[in-house]
Amino acid sequence: MPKKVLQLIDTAYRCTVEEQDDPAVWITHAMKGAGGDLDVLLAGSAVNYAVKGQDATGLRFGERTQSHSPDLDGDIARLVEKGVSVFLVEDDAAERGIEPGDLIGGVKHVSRSGIAKLFGNYDQVWHW
Amino acid sequence: MSKKITISIMDGPFENARTVTALRLVDIAARRGYDITVFAYEGAAALAFARQMPHANAVHGRDADEEDHPVPREWVASLLATAKANGGSVDWINCGLCVDERGVNEAVEGTRRGTPGDLWKAAEASDGTLVIGSK
Repeated sequence: MPKKVLQLIDTAYRCTVEEQDDPAVWITHAMKGAGGDLDVLLAGSAVNYAVKGQDATGLRFGERTQSHSPDLDGDIARLVEKGVSVFLVEDDAAERGIEPGDLIGGVKHVSRSGIAKLFGNYDQVWHW
Repeated sequence: MSKKITISIMDGPFENARTVTALRLVDIAARRGYDITVFAYEGAAALAFARQMPHANAVHGRDADEEDHPVPREWVASLLATAKANGGSVDWINCGLCVDERGVNEAVEGTRRGTPGDLWKAAEASDGTLVIGSK
């Protein structure tokens, strides 16, 4: 039975350096590629994933320099390009001082009071 | 018609209570004869690692036999057997990339390696899906 699933991500920067991405965002990309019908809601600290111009380069331990740092805003932008609707809780962004102009394009805003209605558009919500 | 459920677990063994809670849920479903898919993602890919070893505990004053230290691989194997004994099944899928990252390729018998595509297919075929992410 086809299902439409909303991926709720509200924990940010979870092992992003080690994985070079966020595992919930990554698996959304992978499942979309496998035919999944998925959208994303960024809430809590994860609203920061939509802030443009993030730069996590430069990690070095001793002589070991780490290449290919995580590119969270790029990963979110690429989800949008693939047809995944990415929503962001605007109240959570405002609480963190994130202005609309700080965000990458294509992200849809939803108020905290509108989350329940958004959930109603999906067969399932997966809370990562 | 049997119930089909999918549970995705993300936390590694020996780190927090979410893992035990998730396995308790699998246990209940196994006892009810459900067909269960478990997708072991990220650290959870080590839950079925076959080389986990119990140990003695000097603080507890017990040797290895007395301590009976938990090893999740035994819990996983028992869940697979319990489901089978009750007419159901556990399709325990270890995320392949996660297994490789951690070097935990030796998994207990009855589990298998898989991909996010397997998680999506299982979710599509299930009556319900529960994702338990790490925090």
